[in-house]
Amino acid sequence: MGNTLTITGAHQKLKNGDITSEQLVQSCIDRIESVDNQLNAVVHKNFDQALARAKEIDAAGKFDHPLTGIPYLAKDVYCEQGVPTTACSNILRDKDYIPAFDSTTTKRLHSVGAISIGKTNTDEFTQGASTETSCYGVTKNPWDTTHVAGGSSGGSAAAVAADECLFALGTDTGGSIRQPAAFCGITGIRPTYGRTSRYGVMSMASSLDTIGPLCKSVEDMAIVLEAISGKDILDATTGESDVPHYTESLTGSIKGMKIGLPQEYFADGLDEEVHQSLKDSVEVLKSLGAEIIDVSLPHTEYATPCYYVICPSEVSSNMARYDGIRFGHHASSPDDLVDYYHTVRTEGFGDEVKRRIMIGTYALSAGYYDAYYRQALKIRTLIKQDFDEVYKTVDAVLSPVTPTAAFSIGAHEGDPVAMYLEDIFLDPQVMAGIPALSVPCGFTKAGLPLGLQIMGRQWEEATILNIAYAYEQATAWNEAKPSL
Amino acid sequence: MATLSDDDVRHIGKLCRLNLTEAQVQKFGPELNSIITYIEKLQEVDTSNVEATPQSTGIVNRFREDVVVSDGPSREELLATSPLPIVDNQIQTPSAHG
Repeated sequence: MGNTLTITGAHQKLKNGDITSEQLVQSCIDRIESVDNQLNAVVHKNFDQALARAKEIDAAGKFDHPLTGIPYLAKDVYCEQGVPTTACSNILRDKDYIPAFDSTTTKRLHSVGAISIGKTNTDEFTQGASTETSCYGVTKNPWDTTHVAGGSSGGSAAAVAADECLFALGTDTGGSIRQPAAFCGITGIRPTYGRTSRYGVMSMASSLDTIGPLCKSVEDMAIVLEAISGKDILDATTGESDVPHYTESLTGSIKGMKIGLPQEYFADGLDEEVHQSLKDSVEVLKSLGAEIIDVSLPHTEYATPCYYVICPSEVSSNMARYDGIRFGHHASSPDDLVDYYHTVRTEGFGDEVKRRIMIGTYALSAGYYDAYYRQALKIRTLIKQDFDEVYKTVDAVLSPVTPTAAFSIGAHEGDPVAMYLEDIFLDPQVMAGIPALSVPCGFTKAGLPLGLQIMGRQWEEATILNIAYAYEQATAWNEAKPSL
Repeated sequence: MATLSDDDVRHIGKLCRLNLTEAQVQKFGPELNSIITYIEKLQEVDTSNVEATPQSTGIVNRFREDVVVSDGPSREELLATSPLPIVDNQIQTPSAHG
């Protein structure tokens, strides 16, 4: 069926007239209807509009762009005109928020003919690493439904892995694309901060949020990234530089390339199977002609505590807009305006969002600002300098994506810090503002997927995409499919 | 360093415009303290001669032409998402004075 295809595979068939866009969209809808009750990946369906759009595209009959007529799902934080977008939060679910405008990213995809078929599950306002904080309940891992799909872009990752769409959009603030991609056995990239526009995507931490795709192959990821990247006047943090033709950078040749292996990522306690899969990946890359060099990133251990100061600080500010005035939940018969704010927010936000708002408010309050927020920003400088130093000698750096494979649903219940530690390999790149991706690199004995992280220099997504492409060509781990 | 008392948690809740029940104070208190203990790790690092990095791109002062771009949503469309009554193109909120 069409839904199992990659973007490149489907594009060829659309061009040759072997399949129509309508059939492709319908096959994804059928798949969602038949398996999503086991996964809970899709939270809003946009099927009628998607089918109508597919018919228009078929009638036009022009499939020049590789994304024309291709169905995708977007995380439930991407605003799309006329489509419910609720950040999987009760504060927006009550009167389903239906945006009157499009995010730049979905607008760019629409302009080349990609078709949005619905919204995927996420932790509430992307705050979590398992989708367990979603007001719609957890997304289950397609490889083992007793385990999480990861988060926060867990719905997007599970949907791609289960062939409910051809690709999906996620957001990565502290690993929220890379970790679920690894847990579900697909590819995902966090681009350089500023490469993709954040306009129209509900913010969590504005200095750290990035927009990126989750895909079935590295080539697909290059296609989507190219289509959504570039300067946007509606997001003043987007970079001026031209967007490279990422697909053309996929030569598959990495001979002579220097790749660093940071010793700090292999501390005691790293899961044996994760460690072994990384060693195996290193051998594959060596056999392809890459030179592997031991490197040191000494401030690695401070990245996650830095993240859990900066992120909640920015959360406490960004969540202030959810006050029941312009959108979302409202309270009846309040005593006054302040009581109204209190009631709306108390009823609307879940516990993790409340925790982050409280920690952020505390960290930014008088007397603590220098000790927490400013100190975290200074350590961020040291983390960035670590990478600058390493990139003088290597072109990219390798690490595992996660300390273990996907954990069981409920494993971290009542222990927020244990959940935060899921990010330990994913926060250093965030602090440095560099791109990083996850590519499938094998399975545990229990049959759960593992991911290999490849990180690059700022603005140099092309290099890591090519390394991932070469690796994928040599291993084909991405071709394995879960049985549902 | 700092440990939050129950009163601190209540005070922070108020600053955040969140009502906390007594049971929530008892639940959030230890959770927030465990997070604060975790982020205390940052105090280990000597940063006396280090500049802060508030953003990673280095972009400053992005300018554009001062022209009106009017392809955004209309006032009516934006007001339509409010859960509160709309009166004369304005949102009617509860009274600020009780």
